[in-house]
Amino acid sequence: MVKFDRFTLSNGLRVIVHEDHTTPMAVVNILYDVGARDESADQTGFAHLFEHLMFGGSVNIPVYDEPLQRVGGENNAFTSNDITNYYVTLPAVNLETAFWLESDRMLSLAFSEKSLEVQRNVVMEEFKQRYLNQPYGDVWLRLRPLVYKTHPYQWATIGKNLEHIEHAKIEDVKAFFKKHYNPQNAIMVVGGDVTLEQVKQLSEKWFAPIPAGEKYVRNLPQEPDQHEERREVVTAKVPLNDVYIAFQVPARTNGDYYALDLVSDILSRGQSSRLYRALVKEQPLFSEIHAYLTGSFDKGMLVVEGKPLENVSIDEAEAAIWQELNKMCDALIPDNELTKVKNKTESTMVFAEMALLDKAMNLAYYELLGDADQFNNETDKYLAVTAEQIQQACKSIFRKDNSSTLIYLAEK
Amino acid sequence: MLNRTVAPESQAVNHINLIEPGHAALPNGCQVYWFNSGDQDLVRVEWIFNNLRFDKQKPLLNMAVNTMLTEGTANLTAAQIADSIDYYGAFLQAEYGYDQSQLTLYSLNRHLEHTLPVVVDVLTNSQFPQNELDTFVRNQQQKLQVSLQKNDILARRAFNKAVYSDTIYGLSANAIDYQQLQRTDMLSHFKQMYQPANCTLVISGKVDEATLQQVTGAFANWQNSFEPADTTQPSITPVTERFFYTEKPEALQSAIRMGLPMVNRSHPDFPALQVLNTVLGGYFGSRLMANIREDKGYTYGIGSGISSLKHGAAFFIATEVGADVCRSAVEEIEKEINLLRSELISEEELSLVKNYMQGSLLGSLENVFSHADKFKNVYFSGLGFDYYDRYTEVIKSITAEELQTLANKYLNFDEFYKVIVGKY
Repeated sequence: MVKFDRFTLSNGLRVIVHEDHTTPMAVVNILYDVGARDESADQTGFAHLFEHLMFGGSVNIPVYDEPLQRVGGENNAFTSNDITNYYVTLPAVNLETAFWLESDRMLSLAFSEKSLEVQRNVVMEEFKQRYLNQPYGDVWLRLRPLVYKTHPYQWATIGKNLEHIEHAKIEDVKAFFKKHYNPQNAIMVVGGDVTLEQVKQLSEKWFAPIPAGEKYVRNLPQEPDQHEERREVVTAKVPLNDVYIAFQVPARTNGDYYALDLVSDILSRGQSSRLYRALVKEQPLFSEIHAYLTGSFDKGMLVVEGKPLENVSIDEAEAAIWQELNKMCDALIPDNELTKVKNKTESTMVFAEMALLDKAMNLAYYELLGDADQFNNETDKYLAVTAEQIQQACKSIFRKDNSSTLIYLAEK
Repeated sequence: MLNRTVAPESQAVNHINLIEPGHAALPNGCQVYWFNSGDQDLVRVEWIFNNLRFDKQKPLLNMAVNTMLTEGTANLTAAQIADSIDYYGAFLQAEYGYDQSQLTLYSLNRHLEHTLPVVVDVLTNSQFPQNELDTFVRNQQQKLQVSLQKNDILARRAFNKAVYSDTIYGLSANAIDYQQLQRTDMLSHFKQMYQPANCTLVISGKVDEATLQQVTGAFANWQNSFEPADTTQPSITPVTERFFYTEKPEALQSAIRMGLPMVNRSHPDFPALQVLNTVLGGYFGSRLMANIREDKGYTYGIGSGISSLKHGAAFFIATEVGADVCRSAVEEIEKEINLLRSELISEEELSLVKNYMQGSLLGSLENVFSHADKFKNVYFSGLGFDYYDRYTEVIKSITAEELQTLANKYLNFDEFYKVIVGKY
């Protein structure tokens, strides 16, 4: 159980406070309600590039990192297809430094040309390091456009290609800031060795003077349901063949999410999971196999990925995966197997409560989903899932005409 | 009127409170340390064993025996072990390390009565069944093929081999090494290594008296074998060649790894070297990051570190840079090393690094597990908790002159081992 308090400033900034006096540290986590899905199709990768520019100095403070490090703090950020999240951890006695830094960059950036030029290069190197110069590194650049034909989830957060990043202009940076970076589009969580009164006072002082800005109204083209089998085969300089099968699944806020998350656990969490046991150990056809859910705010993906052994054909490998998926549709899963994945979920939630930063991030995330208190109700939602719901969820998604298959063939 | 150009007042971190563990030696020689704290009803139990002496004819034994601990005992199949752990929402992980290898159980306290007996069986009756060994070898060989296509991994392998030569630290496994694994060798390795006299048991989380009794009681009948574990290691002789270049004509980026043998944590200079390393490449604002990422844009990331091991240590710098700027990046690295030797670090930069390091130490103590981890760092280096007092004292008091002297003593770019994979 993670206790917290909430208040909203007059400019619309939502603030959540989680007091945890077992640590001498504090964390300030600011989630901006903007992700790669909010980019236009001819300017992809921008939300993530922008995240880099948030460290290039703000209107009154020339550099962001240095003053924070000087008071013993650290920070980082990540961008997903749905959100951009910034976090600071520092000794709680120096909490105000985080308020000073974060409020100034919410107020306005320095918009330095030099910073833009350098971060364009840095992000292009990141693109190469993570997506182009690795075996299978381009999987999301290929799989997303296969699964999504309409929705902006069809591109990865890094962007469709290097050119989009190369061509980013300072005017674009300014417009993006104006549209998305203001108090109304942000949620701040302050946690650790802090008090509600202290956070209220500091928030009023540093954040309340920031103009509310315009509320961004999201109106994205939604992805239509899939009714045809999709397939792409690529021959690449990879050492082993690889099979990806992606299924469209309902949005994160749809009630089926919990059943589907348990489905991915039943399939591939731990060494007692079905895919591992049947296809790596018993038969054996794969050297490794995984299943996971993207948990996207709009229509998401459940992905099954496996590397077949060298003597196993792609047809054989795919058939074996489908056989396991069909079993999930044809029969109810036994009680003890359902209990197993529920127990695992429950203990994972207990372990998660030991990490301050994780708690702060989760509170912000659930507040964006609708209510921070959902964080405390998650376990109950998983525990309430029935074998019938799991079977129903499997039947609705594990269909050939809801599948997108991407095959890597190793160039010999 | 709020003045946003002036930083709020701040304070230096004054002291760090470390939790001292409880300690007991069991009659069978197993050393037990426990850390009792936390509001959650959960516990982490680590059984830690010193690796056996490295045998270059059978280089993978320490790794393979550890990794396969959960693959079957005289009583339980691999599937049964996985089922019984997973059913109770627990996690059982084998972790191979350069000096020690361990088995770790994460469990809710209320399920220990079901999860502990599985661990007892694993640590006393592991069998390494032939069919599981075949699967292990096959899958490891496949994973190796993927690893060997990653430039950063190739660079790390080449660097470790140069600096640590034919020792467990320098080992770069090849497909043939997996092929040579024999079940009989693994059984005798297991019997010699995984015995109580070679075990340190570290329990952290909610560890009240009853939990402590429960964990140690479960192992009451655990006996040593007749042959004690030989945990000595052959000495390290770094190779003479200094430059290693593997060309990858189609590389978009080159992996760079360079550095040299260093003193380890037990040496009096070590805390000061950590300060020097932080200045150079140990944090986001470091000189290497400021120059090669934030000024030149050559890379997504660059850093340096000191890996401190029981019988050796190495200082290293690692990065992946655009293939077309590889040579320039190496030149900039050389420039930064030479700057540390030729010029004093400014008071402004040094005070920032000192504050950063103290905040970082404080922040690394997130929960009771982190306290146990801090303990393991010093314990396995043969040091006590007073190490952290010395460490914070050195951070507070070290001067720019002392750091310059250290740089001249330890960091000579001409002596660096330099590895490049990609284009140069």
